[in-house]
Amino acid sequence: MTIAIRVDDISKRYKIGTAPGKFRYGMLRDQIAAIPRKLFKRDQGRAGVDFIWALKDVSFDLEEGRVLGIIGRNGAGKSTLLKVLSRVTEPTRGTVSVRGRVGSLLEVGTGFHPELTGRENIYLNGAILGMKRTEIESKFDEIVDFSEVSQFIDTPVKRYSSGMYLRLAFAVAAHLEPEILVVDEVLAVGDAEFQRKCLGKMNDVAAQGRTVLFVSHNMSAILRLTQEAVVMQKGQLTLRAPTTEAVDYYLASGQSQAGERSWKADDVPASAVPFCPISLKIYDPRGAIADTVRSTEPLKVEMEYKLSAPVTGLRVGIYLSTVRGEYVFTSFDVDDAVIYEENSTRQPGHYISRCTLPGDMLNEGRYIIGVNASSFGVKRFFMDENALGFTVDPSAAPGMQWAEQRQGLVRPRLDWTIERIDE
Amino acid sequence: MTEIIKSEPTTIYIRPTNGLAALNLGDLWQFRELIFFMIWRDIKVRYKQTLLGALWAIIQPLMTMLVFNFLFNNVAKVSSDGIPYPIFSFTALLPWGLFTTALNTASRSLTSNHNMITKTYFPRLVLPMASVLGGLVDFGIAFVILIAMMFYYKITPTMTALWAVPLFVVLAIISALGVALWLSAINVQYRDVGYALPFITQFWLFITPVAYSSKVISDKWQILYALNPMAGVVNGFRWALLGSGNGPDMLVAISTGISLVILFTGLIYFRNMERTFADTI
Repeated sequence: MTIAIRVDDISKRYKIGTAPGKFRYGMLRDQIAAIPRKLFKRDQGRAGVDFIWALKDVSFDLEEGRVLGIIGRNGAGKSTLLKVLSRVTEPTRGTVSVRGRVGSLLEVGTGFHPELTGRENIYLNGAILGMKRTEIESKFDEIVDFSEVSQFIDTPVKRYSSGMYLRLAFAVAAHLEPEILVVDEVLAVGDAEFQRKCLGKMNDVAAQGRTVLFVSHNMSAILRLTQEAVVMQKGQLTLRAPTTEAVDYYLASGQSQAGERSWKADDVPASAVPFCPISLKIYDPRGAIADTVRSTEPLKVEMEYKLSAPVTGLRVGIYLSTVRGEYVFTSFDVDDAVIYEENSTRQPGHYISRCTLPGDMLNEGRYIIGVNASSFGVKRFFMDENALGFTVDPSAAPGMQWAEQRQGLVRPRLDWTIERIDE
Repeated sequence: MTEIIKSEPTTIYIRPTNGLAALNLGDLWQFRELIFFMIWRDIKVRYKQTLLGALWAIIQPLMTMLVFNFLFNNVAKVSSDGIPYPIFSFTALLPWGLFTTALNTASRSLTSNHNMITKTYFPRLVLPMASVLGGLVDFGIAFVILIAMMFYYKITPTMTALWAVPLFVVLAIISALGVALWLSAINVQYRDVGYALPFITQFWLFITPVAYSSKVISDKWQILYALNPMAGVVNGFRWALLGSGNGPDMLVAISTGISLVILFTGLIYFRNMERTFADTI
């Protein structure tokens, strides 16, 4: 087999403050103001600059026609790796050789202009993604069919609904036929029907023998689409293994805290102020902090935090999801209308928001609690989608007389009756 | 469905570039269709949701010409080499307008398309180039008015206009592109460019013979004056269309040389800054 991508010891360094997403650019004034400082404190000048290594000595090969998943927590370097591979940014060190054209779906709809019609944007977007005009012309009808917006193809896209816009954008990108396709989280958007369609299209691409690199937080998508995956941690590639093994490794590595998660001041981004998370704990009914709880027993979740200023409309809550990335529910401490009224403005202080999850609710398996503190429509102060994991043990749950895995996320104890009606 | 014949894929090497990055203009050739699409997009979008649409391409130089005519012809009585002042200034306002529009749009071209830069790969040169070339359409529309004015004043251009006008348009494009490459690349890091630009173009207008004739500059300053590439372009335009002055001489040669130097250094600077665009924008 020929090697499609050879990544050879690449590293990428960012000066802190220029990392993507922070959107900070220098003012000439700052540079001029820094001149005296540079003149007199020559030594500290260099030491004062902080760098982070978004990628550190990453190497791997990928054969043609293979699909590789890339998993890791936020900030592990996945997106930076894809940006280097798609030539958006240059590595600081190392070499990558890529055989063939790289198409990236880092974000669909890049370069779409709201004033142009759907038809015009297909041509423009195709050209930006590197398609030749003849190529776009030959695929035009297919693209329009896939997007399901044929009726509005001559309407400016600023009049499109967000769903139509997204479908059109993905349709163009999906019909690009590069030898190597780089996909980052496009599936995080769109409704279920659209996601199913996108996954199908990606399957086709892989089936045609093209090389695909796929980054996602959605473990079920990774498991479905890839046979092999790499795990990234803090800019380094820590494991390359069959996908099921890599997913297990990733989940285990992040969830070593047992029943309790605490945040140090360094872990909390500056944007969270005035909200300061302290800890998240899970208690079993006997009042002990627990990593494993019984399906039949209620469990208590406690979120401890401080507020340094009054916040209006604050809601602190949890997301519950499975380790495969499926959401089970979302709940906030002020969901109840009466409690909401009583806490319309929360004063500075030290708080615990506490709730109880009833017994006979969750099916067996491993779950993740995410934390969110926000004022709806105003600001999201803090979010950690992967705050704490716990295991639900099925002993004594309904149906345990059969040694089988029960399908579904919930395992309720339903009030069945059996009535004989022929007598 | 037509089958697209694929050539054997070529291998691309991605590695840090050091020192003077290779200009790599072959890359630009591969993306020539994108330049065309970006020009087309800018033109399509430019006069959207305006009442007068493309008429603005005519109104702007015409209005400036009327103001100049009042100030410099009626009030200050500036010499216009024996040519009626309205057409004297309008002929200069066309390449000048091409130049300033190019600077204004091109210096913002990278920052206003920052999502393209942070999400996809293409030679970044495409953006300022498309902005500069897009100005040619407005120039063409205003040129029709110039031809009408020449009829009105009964000025018949010589055959030299046929080759000289395109040549001086190219020189104006080269000058504009050179300056635009510097400004757009600097603007990625220092947004001061946006504040400085109105001042720069205003000052530049004073040192370019748009409202007056370059003959008012005394001989000993002529060489210094020619360091402004737009001086050569404007004089060349007047010579080609109105027959004023001596035609291409030492001064035009100096102007051409300077604009080529600005373009070349601009290209090198741009290509060197290009690798950090996605990180700093």
